[in-house]
Amino acid sequence: MTLTDLPTPTFGGGYDGESRPRMGFFTDTSICIGCKACEVACKEWNLVPERGPLELSGTSYDNTGALGANTWRHVAFIEQEKPVQVPDVDLAAAAAAAAAAETTAPQAREGMRWLMSSDVCKHCTSAACLEVCPTGALFRTEFGTVVVQQDICNGCGYCVPACPFGVIERREDDGRVFKCTLCYDRLKDGMEPACAHACPTKSIQFGELEELRERAEGKVQALHEAGFSDARLYLHDETNGIGGAGAFFLLLDEPEVYGLPPNPVSTTRDLPRLWKAAAVAAGVVVTAVAAAVAGGRR
Amino acid sequence: MTSSTQPPMGARGNGRRRRRDLMVPEAEFRSYYGRPIIKEPAWTIEVPWYFFAGGMAGASAPLAVAARMTGNERLARSAVTVAAAGIAVGTPLLVSDLGRPERFHHMLRVIKPTSPMSMGSWVLAAMGPAAVGAAVSDRLGILPGLGRAAEVVSGLLGPILCTYTGVLVANTAVPVWHEAGRELPLVFAGSALASAGAATTVLTPAADAGPSRRLAVVGAVLELGAAGAMERRLGELAEPYHQGPAGRYARLARGCTVLGAAAMAVAGTRRRWAAVAGSGLLLAGSALERLAVYKAGFQSARDPRYVVKPQRAGLEAANR
Repeated sequence: MTLTDLPTPTFGGGYDGESRPRMGFFTDTSICIGCKACEVACKEWNLVPERGPLELSGTSYDNTGALGANTWRHVAFIEQEKPVQVPDVDLAAAAAAAAAAETTAPQAREGMRWLMSSDVCKHCTSAACLEVCPTGALFRTEFGTVVVQQDICNGCGYCVPACPFGVIERREDDGRVFKCTLCYDRLKDGMEPACAHACPTKSIQFGELEELRERAEGKVQALHEAGFSDARLYLHDETNGIGGAGAFFLLLDEPEVYGLPPNPVSTTRDLPRLWKAAAVAAGVVVTAVAAAVAGGRR
Repeated sequence: MTSSTQPPMGARGNGRRRRRDLMVPEAEFRSYYGRPIIKEPAWTIEVPWYFFAGGMAGASAPLAVAARMTGNERLARSAVTVAAAGIAVGTPLLVSDLGRPERFHHMLRVIKPTSPMSMGSWVLAAMGPAAVGAAVSDRLGILPGLGRAAEVVSGLLGPILCTYTGVLVANTAVPVWHEAGRELPLVFAGSALASAGAATTVLTPAADAGPSRRLAVVGAVLELGAAGAMERRLGELAEPYHQGPAGRYARLARGCTVLGAAAMAVAGTRRRWAAVAGSGLLLAGSALERLAVYKAGFQSARDPRYVVKPQRAGLEAANR
């Protein structure tokens, strides 16, 4: 039985009775207002140091650029020459429509739209960072999340290029790697993570993964019915190359527009094939040595 | 602007190398301000030098055993010396690359087959003392029985030591490494054989160094052949091997290896100077090949095209 065969809600890895339902984030970017309260709350609660000099990327209000050792929540800003889809609001008619419980089809308009999305560690089911970690510093918690034990990490850096999302990173002045812990300390005390707690629009929703998945399906269906055909779920099920994510998203454009890989795969899925290639190569080494020596002394 | 049409892959390369890439129809490519999706490795320049030193040691160890079995004591001595020296140089390089070098022993907390670095650490931990012990025993003539046993242990682990590093880099999300998973262990094996043959050629009197010279040439041919196969499999993703630092290292590596192998094959048996010069070129070629692979990984990780385009193509193929 491989890791990916395990049922999602619980990994069954906890000791007697310690196993908890798998917890996660559903980040609904359709209602993100880009306030960055999540970034601030995360930094404050987890004592994450300053990232470096403040700078804005592109023509946007993104001043953190990407997830990294010192950025565990990253709010992406995208400006597109695409009309915002808004319901064609005539207040009186809207009230009447609401009374009649009808949805008004959104009308296409001229102009721009902003996409905002709070990115975070995906806490993958098949987590490459955890699988390649040679020290066991990265581990799976009783909540199904992936956390670095800072007293174990020796800064080998293998997890950094292994992550298909570019989440985990070495803090250069420290030497160890850091990433989102899904507020492991708060979860242990029955509290929700700082970012979800601070989010004013409930764009970041925390809860049991199974329940979040149902909620997300409902939301995307409602958006489609309301005419928002762009809406899509990203990493919400187990059919992807990481076996499902503990943190998944509702997006309004393709993942790469937000800086997310369109089809991420955990590298260790190919590891049996890679070990086989190494065994063949080792056999070639032995054969070459034997042949060279068999050719005689001169 | 988030959606940008990028120049076709290869557009920054020179004319000769661009030809093949231009035949690929240009697809729309979108990204977040052109920013990388995956992180560049956190590793430093010690890592490719460890690959070189460890590879040389790994291929020399079985050569020592084989030479001893055929009664070529002089060559066996050279080979155990190179194996011990390679490990003695490589291991500190590996430790100094850690963010917290004083915690190097945390590598031996667990045994994890899903982590090539864990498996490699265990191989190195077992082979290091064996290789150094075998060399000390051989040089000083002490505890010969134990020395020979250590030599055999070292010889059995050596082939793993010089090929696991290919799995180590392939087992990442870096496109130019991951997609070359089948060839990288062979590239590294060829590089290791060439360097081991070259180093032992220099240390062994010409009359006893026949196996070393042949091994050097065989290794060079394997290194060149596997590197060519790797680029063919990578297709567009092989672009870093033709650009920037990786491109320069790759060209230099292949030039040195071709010249070194030619010198060794043509005149190595008759002319000592040709054998030594060929060895120098092969050692340089082997080290430069590791540097080329290492640098290519960074260049590949930096550009989101290499991540997005193959993943998009895979999705489209699956939906068709």
